[in-house]
Amino acid sequence: MISFVLTRLLRAIITILAVVTFAFVVLRMSGDPAQVMLGPDVPQDVIDAFRKAWGLDQPVWVQYLAYLKSIFTGDFGVSMRDKASALDLVLERVPATLQLTIPALILKLVIGIPAGIYAALHRQSFADRGVILLAILGFTIPSFVMGLILVLVFSIILGVLPSGGQDTWVHGILPTITMSIGGIGILARFSRSAMIEVMGQPFIRTASAKGLKWRDVVWSHALPNAAVPIVTIVGFMVGSLIAGAVVVESIFSWPGIGRLLIVSVSNRDLAVVQCILLVIAATMVVSNLIVDLLYGWLDPRLRSRAAH
Amino acid sequence: MTPLIQATNLARIYQVRRGLFAQPKPVRAVDGVSLAVMPGETLGIVGESGSGKSTLGRMLLGIDQLQAGEVRFEGRAMPELRTAEWRALRAKMQLVYQDPLAALDRRLTIASQLAEPLEIHRIIPKDQRPARVAELMVAVGLRQDQAGRFPHELSGGQRQRAVIARALASRPKLLVCDEPVSALDVSIQAQVVNMLRQLQEQNGIAMVFISHDLKVVRNIADRVAVMYLGRIVEEASSDVIFRSPRHPYTQALVSSVPVPGKLLEGRVILQGEPPNPANRPAGCAFHPRCSIARDICRSTAPVLRQIENRRTAACHIVADGAVPVAA
Amino acid sequence: MASADFPAAKRTGRGDEGFIALIRCNVPLSVGLGIFWLAAMVLIAIFADQIRPYGITAMDLASRLSPPGNVKHWLGTDELGRDVLSRLIQSIRVSLIIAFGATILSAVFGTALGFAAAQFRGAVEHLVLALADFQAALPFLIMSLAVLAFFGSSMLLLVCLMGFYGWERYARIARGLAISASAQGYAAAAVQLGATPARVYLRHILPNVASTLIVSMTLTFPEIILMESGLSFLGLGVQPPETSLGNMVGFGREYLTRAPWVMLAPAAVIMLTTLSISLVGDWLRDKLDPTVR
Repeated sequence: MISFVLTRLLRAIITILAVVTFAFVVLRMSGDPAQVMLGPDVPQDVIDAFRKAWGLDQPVWVQYLAYLKSIFTGDFGVSMRDKASALDLVLERVPATLQLTIPALILKLVIGIPAGIYAALHRQSFADRGVILLAILGFTIPSFVMGLILVLVFSIILGVLPSGGQDTWVHGILPTITMSIGGIGILARFSRSAMIEVMGQPFIRTASAKGLKWRDVVWSHALPNAAVPIVTIVGFMVGSLIAGAVVVESIFSWPGIGRLLIVSVSNRDLAVVQCILLVIAATMVVSNLIVDLLYGWLDPRLRSRAAH
Repeated sequence: MTPLIQATNLARIYQVRRGLFAQPKPVRAVDGVSLAVMPGETLGIVGESGSGKSTLGRMLLGIDQLQAGEVRFEGRAMPELRTAEWRALRAKMQLVYQDPLAALDRRLTIASQLAEPLEIHRIIPKDQRPARVAELMVAVGLRQDQAGRFPHELSGGQRQRAVIARALASRPKLLVCDEPVSALDVSIQAQVVNMLRQLQEQNGIAMVFISHDLKVVRNIADRVAVMYLGRIVEEASSDVIFRSPRHPYTQALVSSVPVPGKLLEGRVILQGEPPNPANRPAGCAFHPRCSIARDICRSTAPVLRQIENRRTAACHIVADGAVPVAA
Repeated sequence: MASADFPAAKRTGRGDEGFIALIRCNVPLSVGLGIFWLAAMVLIAIFADQIRPYGITAMDLASRLSPPGNVKHWLGTDELGRDVLSRLIQSIRVSLIIAFGATILSAVFGTALGFAAAQFRGAVEHLVLALADFQAALPFLIMSLAVLAFFGSSMLLLVCLMGFYGWERYARIARGLAISASAQGYAAAAVQLGATPARVYLRHILPNVASTLIVSMTLTFPEIILMESGLSFLGLGVQPPETSLGNMVGFGREYLTRAPWVMLAPAAVIMLTTLSISLVGDWLRDKLDPTVR
């Protein structure tokens, strides 16, 4: 088990390194930040001074090593625009994003999974068809369309909810709903098919044949086995807690990570973009790691395979 | 006469880790096996599951990597796995599988599967291939209208006939049959075995016939090698070994086969646990289940040696009684 | 998975009349409508130039932001007086081309890498899996944002970028199926017959795993449409004067209060298209997979 955890940790670290490298290469290779920051009509000596101040006159690999080293020491660089620490800028926005994504995640879990399981246990019923249809709808409507329709209905036509900003909790209602609808659909679909797959297995027939109560069959035999694929999706959702709000934050002018990313990308604020990419990748990798370890706990077969 | 295929000291050792912190433990699936098959001869290999007989068959064909030892086919060493040379050699040596449904491609018709070896090895001109396929189907007893069928539309016995026909398409010199009838109904088994025997005699193919079922092997093999935990424990001609088995394990196997009109008396019943290759007993691997084991059996592994003319066995006691110990 | 394609083989084995009968009797209404809608979209994309009433940049300044339903502009006009219907038709073409191109690209790329991993194992396999890990760790939208924002957006770059969407899924599926097919069964048998790796993969493994890969494509296709619309919505995908569905929604958003039709028309097309693909894809999967019956 220890070697399994170590291998997974190593892979996680390699993945994060790859993300850092990717971000660095793409961002540095694509254009001159000095031009972008200072505008086109700046004298050459000002540009040179700017480049020197930010280390942009060094060879790329020197910049890369310097960046790796500074990350290793916990220094993510300074925003070129605000002259503030990039990490501080990013972390400052995290709570705002989590204010949206955590309630949305909870909504997805408490609605999506039970709906999917209910549908699986009552196949071909009216409820099943309803869940499938709603799931597919939730899944196929892009969040920007959903968000705009909600704004149109609740802010413009009915005038009951605000369409943007972050002043009170009421402002969070529309963005949270926008974000959770798609996830509810995905989770319901996955839980349903995972449950249906498990219910078709011979051991379920055996369990009911040996006289177990139907409820016990579902709770102690079917659900634990259906949990593995569901956990994968939930892990993915947890991993995208920070990244999943880019579009929605942009629709509702919510001052979270996503907005910061879009603003920084259009300003070519390298330090901030790299920091955001890294924070997002780290969240993703850590939750993937947790999912992998959970697998072992949920599925003994994987545990023994991992040991080999 | 030189043997068609000759194997010397073959070994296949898997590293298996049991438990989370345990050191990897070697599992000797095949351990120092030597054998030879003459052209046109049938060698039966008998053993329980886990005796390494399937692995041995795959090593003879060069599908499984050798870890030690050597296989020579027609006097030449086996080429490296998956090289062009190795692929070309497939035309001369073929495998018949235990599960014909798995061995056939479910998306291709029977006829196109039978034509595959012809296409791969470019054996006969394109326009003559359908005729050859038809001929093969007749040879294995498939009807012509089954040519366009898919594997799942045939019965188990018919599928195995198709697999055999495919194996014979390139006119191989060696056929390794790995439990070819154990997935079939008993009533079909005899038909398929008889057909195999007939085809083998007609075409002069050498055959290695692997089975756990002595009755089947007895019907088809000229010579029989009995395997126990990766080693050959006794080898002799089929008649001899069934008439007077010498190794206690062979005796137990032979006596478990009912003979019509005879009472099952003097039957040797195997005791103890079935063999586990991961946990090989010290000394003679068979001693925990042997009724006549002595002290030497628990400490020293017996080597395979000649005990009679054209007969070998690996047993301290049998060797003691029969021939003067030459080890 | 090994038995997933069993009924499909059986159907083709019975000949074409079986398949047609199957479509005729067993298609639910919703799937039928989905197929109809998709066919219409494909036709619109192909004949966009012929059926478009106006040029996509032709401005009718006299009737700006005119509501849908008038004789000259069925779906109304936008803030510059451009015909929404014409722009919608062109958007459908652009979005479908990107999505088709990208889906095929990612399926081919992913499947090839997956097969390579299965065939060569060792270092190649580790590399492919590490790349897949990397792809899974970095949300695609974020990665695309970075790439597009810094390299600028062009149609070719967009298709190539979208062509990376979901490749890791094909790679994992193709690798898993190829390994299990090689370990035992028909692929091992083909190798044993002396077939070259190319023959084993193209003639045996690919046809056997095709149904699974096609099902994955029905999952990726709508996601790519959504991804492209999302990027275009954020202003980083298809650039004006060219137009795409997401791009129309993005610009229509400014006039949500005064002229919601500018945004609603492309939004409806996105929804109906992804919905149709999902319905048809689900139905296809149920047909191909006997365990969900």
